[in-house]
Amino acid sequence: MSLVLDGVSLGVPGVPVLEDVSVHFERGSLNVLLGPTLSGKTSMMRVMAGLDRPDRGRVWMDGADVTGVPVRRRSVAMVYQQFVNYPTLSVYENIASPLRVAGLPRAEIEARVRDAARLLRLEPLLRRTPAQLSGGQQQRTAIARALVKRAALVLLDEPLANLDYKLREELREELPALFAQTGAILVYATTEPMEALLLGGRTTTLWEGRTTASGPAAETYRNPPNLPATRVFSDPPLNELPVEARGGQLHLPDGQALPGLPGLPDGSWRLGFRAEHLQVGRPPPGSLGLAGRVNVTEIAGSESYVHVDVGVATWVALVRGVMDLPPGEAVRVHVDPRRIMAFDIAGRRATLAQPAPSRVVA
Amino acid sequence: MARITLDGIGHAYGPRPGGPADYALQPLDLVWEQGLAYALLGPSGCGKTTLLNIISGLVQPSHGRLLFDGTDVTHLPTERRNIAQVFQFPVIYDTMTVAGNLAFPLRNRGMDRAGIVQQVARTAAMLGLTEVLDRPARNLSADAKQKISLGRGLVRQDVAAVLFDEPLTVIDPGLKWELRSKLKAVHRALDLLMIYVTHDQTEALTFADQVVVMEGGQVLQVGTPAELFERPDHTFVGHFIGSPGMNLLPAEVSGMEARVDGHALPLAGRYAPLDAGRIEVGVRPDFVALTDGPGLPVQVDRIDDLGRVRLARVRLGRHRMVATVPPDAVVSGSEARVRIDPARIHVYADSRRVAPL
Repeated sequence: MSLVLDGVSLGVPGVPVLEDVSVHFERGSLNVLLGPTLSGKTSMMRVMAGLDRPDRGRVWMDGADVTGVPVRRRSVAMVYQQFVNYPTLSVYENIASPLRVAGLPRAEIEARVRDAARLLRLEPLLRRTPAQLSGGQQQRTAIARALVKRAALVLLDEPLANLDYKLREELREELPALFAQTGAILVYATTEPMEALLLGGRTTTLWEGRTTASGPAAETYRNPPNLPATRVFSDPPLNELPVEARGGQLHLPDGQALPGLPGLPDGSWRLGFRAEHLQVGRPPPGSLGLAGRVNVTEIAGSESYVHVDVGVATWVALVRGVMDLPPGEAVRVHVDPRRIMAFDIAGRRATLAQPAPSRVVA
Repeated sequence: MARITLDGIGHAYGPRPGGPADYALQPLDLVWEQGLAYALLGPSGCGKTTLLNIISGLVQPSHGRLLFDGTDVTHLPTERRNIAQVFQFPVIYDTMTVAGNLAFPLRNRGMDRAGIVQQVARTAAMLGLTEVLDRPARNLSADAKQKISLGRGLVRQDVAAVLFDEPLTVIDPGLKWELRSKLKAVHRALDLLMIYVTHDQTEALTFADQVVVMEGGQVLQVGTPAELFERPDHTFVGHFIGSPGMNLLPAEVSGMEARVDGHALPLAGRYAPLDAGRIEVGVRPDFVALTDGPGLPVQVDRIDDLGRVRLARVRLGRHRMVATVPPDAVVSGSEARVRIDPARIHVYADSRRVAPL
C-alpha cells in the first residue's frame, strides 16, 4: 500500500516546475515536503491529487497506475493554507459536506462528524458559521472535513502557516497522531525546517523543482547529502565559507590561511556548518577560528542569535541563554572541525566527520 | 519625535460595559518613549491589533486619552497623527520605480528634491535596496516588495511613530532572518519610536526593547526579552514565551521547598505559607535536564529529536513536563532522573508570580 511518483516532470517550456521527481510514500506514514516558496511543494501535491497531469513520469497508488486519473475519482483530501469553508453552512455541515456528496447514511455522517469534532475540539462550535470562528477554529474545521472523508491520501499544504504561533505548536503536536489513526498516507508541505523536525516522520527537501534529500527528519537534518538540501534544512541559515584546500591548509578568499580539515582532498570547497555549532569566544585548540565584528544580536528567550561579519562571510551563532553584544564589537568565533561539512563545486558533500562521544542517562 | 502616553485607554464593545468580557481592550496606562522599540505580543483576539488601531486612529477608544508628546490626539484622524505604517502585505505602487515608492511619503510632505534623494539613498542602503532603486516595483519578488513597504515606513525621520502590523508573516523563513536583522539594525541607527504587533514570540523578542504581552484584552506583563524569559510574572507569559513553554506543576509550597505529587523540589528562595488559591511551580524546559547523576525520578514517555536539541516528554508523578536531553546523552529506557536548577523555579498563586521573602 503506497503512493509512488516515478520520474515526474511538469512545466512550460523553459520553465520547469518539477524535474524528474521520484518519491515512495507508505500507507500510515507522515511525509513532510520541505522547501521555500516556489520550490515545487504545491505542484507535487497537485500531481499526487490528480489535479494536474505530469508531462513525463507516472503516478502509482497501491500498485495501480493513476497517472491522469482525475481528482474526483481518487480517494484524496486536501487542506490549504487559506482556510476554505462554506461561509453559509454551519461548522457541522461544513464537516459533513463530503459525506453528503458521497451519499452516506445519516447515522454514519452523524457519527463521523461527532468523532472528528471531538478530536479537533470543535464540539461546542458545531452550530456556528465560519464567520463566527477564529482563524484557528476555521482551519480546524477544514482539517476535520479532510479527516471525515477517510481518504487514502491526505495532503496538507502549509496548513498552519496562517495560524498563531502557539496554536501552531499545539496542532503540530496533535496532527500526526490524529491522522496516524486513519492509516492514510499523510503529506505535509512546509517552508519551515523546525516544523519538519517537530512533526517528525520522513522529510523530503525540495529545491527548484527537484527533490534533494529524503529520510527520517532528524537524521536528514544531521546528515544532509548535498548543499541545496543543507541550506533548505537550516534555520538559522547555514553558515558558509568558500575555501581552497592546498598543502594541508585552507586558503580563504581574503588570503588568510587556516589549518586543514582531516580527510579533505586538495581543491575548491564550500564549507558549511550550522549556527548552533558556531561558538563565540576564544577558540580552543583544534577548532577552526576567525576574528570578526558583531553586526547585530537578537535575543529570543532561551537562545540568542549573534550575527557576525568575519570579512569573507556573514555568519550567525546560536548561543544558549542571553548574550547581548553591542554592534561593532570585535569577537572571535570558532567551530569544532567535526561539525563542518564540505561540499564540492557541484554541491555534493564530502565524507569527513567523526561522531561525538556519548553517555547513558536512561 | 514623540513620547506616546496611553492614559486609561480601553475599548468596550457596547455603550455600557459590565465585566471584563465586554472589553476588547481593558483600560490601561502605559508610556512609550522616543527611540525605543516596543512589541505587542499575544494570540489572536488578545487586543493587540485593537491597541495598534487606537494608536493609528483607525479605532476611537471608548475609554481614556491618547497623548503624543502631551498633546491629546484621541479624536484626531489618522492623517493628522504624523505616523508611518507597515502592513502584513506589501503596499506599493506597481507603476513606480523602487526609488519612486520610497520617495512618495517625502514628496507628500513637500520635502525638497535634494533632501528626498538623500533620504531615499540612505533608506535603500539600510535595507539592501540600492541596486534595484531604478527598477519598476512591479516585477520584484514578494520579499523585495515587503522591503519597499518597510522602506516607505522608515524613510521619514520626522514621524511620531512607526507602526508595524505583522510585517514578516508572508516572508519565507530564510529571508525572515535577513529582514529581521535589517530591521533591528535600522532601529539601532534611527531615533524612532517603533511599535510592532505580532503573535510570533521570536519576532517580538528579537526586535523589541520592551515586549507587551497581552491576553484576553489585558496586558499581563511588560518587560525586556530577558525578563519575560527568565521571570514571567504570569503563567500565561511562561506558557506563551518559549518553545515549548514553561512547565507548570500543581504544588504545595512552604519555606524553601515545593512538593509536587509527593516529590520534594528544593527552592532557591523562602516563601511565606501559601494556602489560598491554586499554587503551581513553573520551570522552563531549558532548566530541566535528564541526568545520569542525582535527581528526581521521572517516567520518559517520548523523546522528540529536533535536530539541534532533543526534548524528553516525561512525567513527574502524575504531572507531565518537558525536559532537555544533553547533547551527548543516550536514552534507551523509560526510567530516568531530571536535574532542576532551583534558582530557575518560580512559584505562582492563581497564575500570578509570588516573590520569595
